[in-house]
Amino acid sequence: MDGMTPAQDDSWEVAGHRFHSRLVVGTGRYKSLEETAAAIEASGAEMVTVAVRRVNLSDPSAPMLQDFVPPDRYTYLPNTAGCHTAKEAVRTLRLAREAGGWNLVKLEVLGPPPFLYPDMPATFEAAEALIKDGFQVMVYCADDPLAAKRLEEMGCVAVMPLGAPIGSGLGLTNPFMLRSIIENAKVPVLVDAGIGTASEAAQAMELGCDAVLLNSAIAHAREPVRMARAMKAAVEAGRHAYLAGRMPRNYAADASSPMTGLIR
Amino acid sequence: MPGTLSQAPPSAMAITVNGEARSLPASLPLSDFLAQAGLDLRKVAVERNEEIVPRSAYATTLLEPGDQLEIVHFIGGG
Repeated sequence: MDGMTPAQDDSWEVAGHRFHSRLVVGTGRYKSLEETAAAIEASGAEMVTVAVRRVNLSDPSAPMLQDFVPPDRYTYLPNTAGCHTAKEAVRTLRLAREAGGWNLVKLEVLGPPPFLYPDMPATFEAAEALIKDGFQVMVYCADDPLAAKRLEEMGCVAVMPLGAPIGSGLGLTNPFMLRSIIENAKVPVLVDAGIGTASEAAQAMELGCDAVLLNSAIAHAREPVRMARAMKAAVEAGRHAYLAGRMPRNYAADASSPMTGLIR
Repeated sequence: MPGTLSQAPPSAMAITVNGEARSLPASLPLSDFLAQAGLDLRKVAVERNEEIVPRSAYATTLLEPGDQLEIVHFIGGG
């Protein structure tokens, strides 16, 4: 990145997939599949996360996510939400690969409530098994520069440290560590989880991350479609601000208007 | 109605599907079971006894007593 990249050419790439939107959104927690579709459309996202769950055999003709969020239009990123062991995560993603043929996946192995903090030992174990099995692993992880580096060295195609616990809406609780991860990474870094409103998405982009992943901030807004638009604008604004380079912080005033030619 | 699951003969075959016990009248190919369940095969994936069954093998996979099936699809998630 040379800092002069025109906005229209500003794209990012993960495991050979190129995206122009730097906003990745989840498809969960909406009131209806119609609302899901409208919010995702408004967000401008090209990649969406999806969960893998048992089909309801008593209602096999119930509307399915694919009918509203078509996989030929959006890149599906199957996740392992709800998995608390490496084994469950690997089984889930093998099923996802069979259901959709996708190798690009989101790995998350979570610790117990109330924080659902990433279980890093189990995440390492699952990442190793998945990479060996041919998956391209985008990995949810702790805001820990050593863990992020280790996941990158193992072969994960993107690292996704949390801003704050999943669904908490607390924003970026540790921007310094996120920045450290971004500065040291050779793979894309996405801030995943914790973002609650547009300014926090912009802040993540200003730190220099490649993209932002969020779900509840849109789905749990009073007006999800409007918040989706806000997030789109915020991610673009934050990206521009990062590329533009912010002015230095001064601890004294520095007048913007000329001090010469004042009337007397 | 003859042939319904609830009236299966004593020789019926018990399997588990998505954690629920089911009784089948006889052994049958997985493809038949999925068709009878009314599922859109393009949108699901199947694990049998913790092993993925590739779509190409549905027709040749004969269900056996005690089989544990997991049938999944994509839903909204973050």
